[in-house]
Amino acid sequence: MPRPELQAPPEIFYNDTEARKYTTSSRIIEIQAKISERALELLNIPNDGVPRLLLDIGCGSGLSGETLSENEHHWIGFDISQSMLDVALEREVEGDLLLADMGQGLGLRPGVIDGAISISAIQWLCYADKSSHEPMARLKAFFGSLYRCLTRGARAVLQLYSENMNQSEMIMKAAMRAGFAGGVVVDFPHSTKARKAYLVLTCGPSSTQTSLPKGKGEDGETCSDDDESDDDDEQTVGIYDRHRPAKRSKITKKGKGKAWVLKKKNQMRNKGYTVPPDTKYTARKRKNHF
Amino acid sequence: MRLLTHNMLACNIKGVTNGYPLRLEAEKWVEKEVDFNADFLRGAFPKIEWPALVGAVRSLGCHDLLPQDAPNPSALDSDDDFLRRFHRALLQLHVEEGALVCPETGRRFPISKGIPNMLLHEDEV
Repeated sequence: MPRPELQAPPEIFYNDTEARKYTTSSRIIEIQAKISERALELLNIPNDGVPRLLLDIGCGSGLSGETLSENEHHWIGFDISQSMLDVALEREVEGDLLLADMGQGLGLRPGVIDGAISISAIQWLCYADKSSHEPMARLKAFFGSLYRCLTRGARAVLQLYSENMNQSEMIMKAAMRAGFAGGVVVDFPHSTKARKAYLVLTCGPSSTQTSLPKGKGEDGETCSDDDESDDDDEQTVGIYDRHRPAKRSKITKKGKGKAWVLKKKNQMRNKGYTVPPDTKYTARKRKNHF
Repeated sequence: MRLLTHNMLACNIKGVTNGYPLRLEAEKWVEKEVDFNADFLRGAFPKIEWPALVGAVRSLGCHDLLPQDAPNPSALDSDDDFLRRFHRALLQLHVEEGALVCPETGRRFPISKGIPNMLLHEDEV
């Protein structure tokens, strides 16, 4: 399956059928909720119980917004797909929804928003879907307007699936040019499935306050789906382009061994193939004749 | 769309310098119950453009919900009645159908089912 970004522009790709998945698939719902909880955690809002006004960029069907509502924050959601917003209306989300294109900039007053999250959305900016689209200009418009509308010291946490290093570099460069400080936090860098990259940006000049939070499960042992919440003490910094450890080789110099051969023979026998009987010669190495 | 969001929205068309506040032309609005939280209101108050909020409330036909002039911030601590009305104006009034109009260019952004369509045409970017 090619990446959705390569198939069609977002307002066309997220049609009624695709949007429907976001209400019916419990897997999608669970993943989205988990990512948005993590994004909210990275947003590092003071834990004083006061609701804030947050942005959800690419809110879609409002799954991520629900996490914000559960934490009693007010939010404004932006999305380009009418179908996804219709689903959000059906789900009766509590935030306000806007049909808008983030690549055209967010039309908001300066300095009024206390934080922004975005789940799997901003990589769409890297694709030119119309002849008038210029990815670098759209990134600039997006990050520029995001920087303006955030209050000083506010954070934006943008989870993204970039296709390659060039894309994430391009996004990062655009964010830095807009004046943001911050970087990429990678959760579970060694896992293909659980790996999630978050762009954590702080509005305002860099200082000791803007140091990056740590990524989760960097040692690779906490990648399973259910134990993600209780590994807070095992956090380490994820480095984006760190080499993954080589997979432990299954074949030793001696070959795969007798047990492996017997297991395979048994498997084939169970499938109904004719397999030579197991004898003392089975899986024995041939002599070196030369 | 709540009036809180309306208060934050500005016209985004290229070259527009005076795109705030967007004039609200509401055809249909509803009121929804929202939990009252005084701390949020106190935090939001300094960020609210008071004239824009009053203008929006009046365009919905609620003429005496809010005073014309911005109250002293101390009213937020003492005046519970004012807080309740501020809460109602900011969070409970939802515009369902209508339009937002840019004050400079007169461009209309239609609102349908409570969602303003802020998509710009290619020549406006």
